Amino acid sequence: MKKIIATLTAILSMGFSSSFAGTLVINTDLTDPAPKAAFEWAFNKFQEENPDVTIEVNNFDHEGYKQAIRNFLTTSPPDVFNWYAGNRMLPFVRAGLVEDVSDIWSDTGWVDGNLTEGMSHAKKPMTIGGKQWGIPYTYYQWGVYYRKDIFEANGISVPTTWDEFVAACATLKAAGVTPITIGSKYLWTTAGVFDYLNLRTNGYEFHMALTKGEIPYTDPRVHAVFDKWDELVKPGYFLENHASLAWQEAIPPMINGEAAMYVMGNFSVALFKEGGLTNDNLGFFQFPEITPGIPMAEEAPTDTMHIASGAKNKTDAKRFLIFLSRADVQEEMNKTLGQLPVNSGSKVDPDPFLEAGLNMLNNAYAMAQFYDRDAPAEMASEGMKGFQEYMVNPDRRDKILERLEKVRQRVYK
Amino acid sequence: MGWFSTTPFLNVPNSTQVTYRKSSWWKLNQQRLTPWIFLFPGLLLFLVYVIWPIFNSLYISLLQWDGLSPAIYVGLSNYIELLDDEYFYISLMNNLKWLILFMLAVPIGLGLAIFLNQTIFGIRLIKSLFFFPFVISQVVIGIIFSWFYNPRGVIGPFLDKLGLSNYAILADENFATYGIIFAGIYPQIAYCMILYLTGLNNLNTDQIEAGRMDGAKGFSLFKNIILPQLKPATFLAIVVTVIGSLRSFDMVAIMTQGGPYGSTNVLAYYMFETALSEYGYRMGYGSAIAAVLFTIMMFYILFFIYRMYQSEKKGL
Repeated sequence: MKKIIATLTAILSMGFSSSFAGTLVINTDLTDPAPKAAFEWAFNKFQEENPDVTIEVNNFDHEGYKQAIRNFLTTSPPDVFNWYAGNRMLPFVRAGLVEDVSDIWSDTGWVDGNLTEGMSHAKKPMTIGGKQWGIPYTYYQWGVYYRKDIFEANGISVPTTWDEFVAACATLKAAGVTPITIGSKYLWTTAGVFDYLNLRTNGYEFHMALTKGEIPYTDPRVHAVFDKWDELVKPGYFLENHASLAWQEAIPPMINGEAAMYVMGNFSVALFKEGGLTNDNLGFFQFPEITPGIPMAEEAPTDTMHIASGAKNKTDAKRFLIFLSRADVQEEMNKTLGQLPVNSGSKVDPDPFLEAGLNMLNNAYAMAQFYDRDAPAEMASEGMKGFQEYMVNPDRRDKILERLEKVRQRVYK
Repeated sequence: MGWFSTTPFLNVPNSTQVTYRKSSWWKLNQQRLTPWIFLFPGLLLFLVYVIWPIFNSLYISLLQWDGLSPAIYVGLSNYIELLDDEYFYISLMNNLKWLILFMLAVPIGLGLAIFLNQTIFGIRLIKSLFFFPFVISQVVIGIIFSWFYNPRGVIGPFLDKLGLSNYAILADENFATYGIIFAGIYPQIAYCMILYLTGLNNLNTDQIEAGRMDGAKGFSLFKNIILPQLKPATFLAIVVTVIGSLRSFDMVAIMTQGGPYGSTNVLAYYMFETALSEYGYRMGYGSAIAAVLFTIMMFYILFFIYRMYQSEKKGL
């Protein structure tokens, strides 16, 4: 009910707001406690530093926001809104609904900004057609979360190569432990596994070319990825019945000690710890190398802030984006978010998972956004359905890849 | 037909009739116009919210449009693509399964109604408990049933005894749809039951007595005396059940989201998925699915209207 009222007030206020000079209208979907607290701090801080600006926030429900954004950007655009990097913003950029902010990324900087210094490594996912369309303020790593105590009990050390990884799975399976837990009801968890297998088998450039639609899904190199996947699926190394479980529902088996690993994003740590795991028995390692010599790229989905092309107060909107990209601001916000600041000048809390993530990402060859953000929406939804079907019926691989190829030819024409 | 009562007034000679011609026109045509004036608000809403959207979505189904960029006219290519889309056929088949299996709610509802149609102490309370599933929101039923079906959930131990340990019906592409239909039928039975309970209350006791005297008993009494009297209730139960099965969107959305890999999709959910969900940017394709669903519904509705028309002609 609260959410409905909040959304209603948000919709109502959208019509009347942003007419005064110095009012900055921000649409967000930050209803979860941590993001909400982080942004409340940021809004207050910005207002403190810019007393002439009044911030007006329209907060949407997280799921509802994904539909609402299409309406509010076309009918009553705010000044600033949050979204995601990569291909996720492409439809809006292509429709001319997002403001080009290349000027605040340029070397000379805009007003008091100088983004290139701390943020240059994150410029690529924000770029479409040679221009930048927003700024990133937080991201998080993906990798393998595992039960240290179960690994120790079975005499397994952290695997760094594919062979070691498969051997570890075999040992665990023999000991009666499900090697890898996963809940694929909402499909996207399967894409995390696919992305890493592809990044490690064929490398970052191939992965990006595939998600950009330049490579057929029937290509032998894609088959090579599924060959590796076969090595995990066919012996039954993934949790049974994963298609009926949400990603959170796949966590209890790992807490109970029935499963040992989860290919996941860092946001899962909070749930693991709520379930009773601690830094002593929960660990993190980088997804192991598959093809030797291929530079290690990582998954790091990035949350971003944009200016609407129909914004009434673009000056203050740009001031806000520059403010949000500052090292000190990102540091403070990400402490609350429990994620990693994008600005390399920021520090992170002494948390083993954040430190491991920061260390991994700072040394990463490149960063992928995640399959459903790198590939266009239509391709992503069909692709992830296919991955799920494959994980349940590995024998249907050829049929699935042919279907995905058909979708690719339609989507990217 | 209330407005006919004003007729006497029209016959009263009126001087204004001569002076103001406009007013006289109104007086002359009042009888014909009044129903339309009363109907106007309803017709306007019907036009704006029903007729116009139907034609508009038929038009959108000829476009390639993501809802943001300018639309491109593509003719019938969305429909041609539909013919080659295996998810579309899966959804169509699932709609059929829904339609057929949902019909079970009618006889089960009737059985329950007869069972509960007794006069013993506390029967009202028991009746309302049986009606309870219909009061609960579909969403809640969907969530609760997915918990039931979870192999770690309530039915887990029973499945173990049946030798089906760790079986998750919602993850099985062959049976997941039946799992959802079972959950969907649960409130529908309660609905049919309440329709029949009302019907049973209005039974003509004279006819039953007469039947008894003629020696009708048990099933023959039920079949020849009671069931014909329940015909209006049966008709209504079938109508609401067919409609319920065709709009089986919410259960699918809550329990599987069309998964695993599209095997529980129904047309209504597939339409939503392609056009409006998180990854849905294909307004044209979604509208084409909607057009197919509309055609199916139209067949049914026309049949329904024809039946109504026939029975009204007979003077019901």
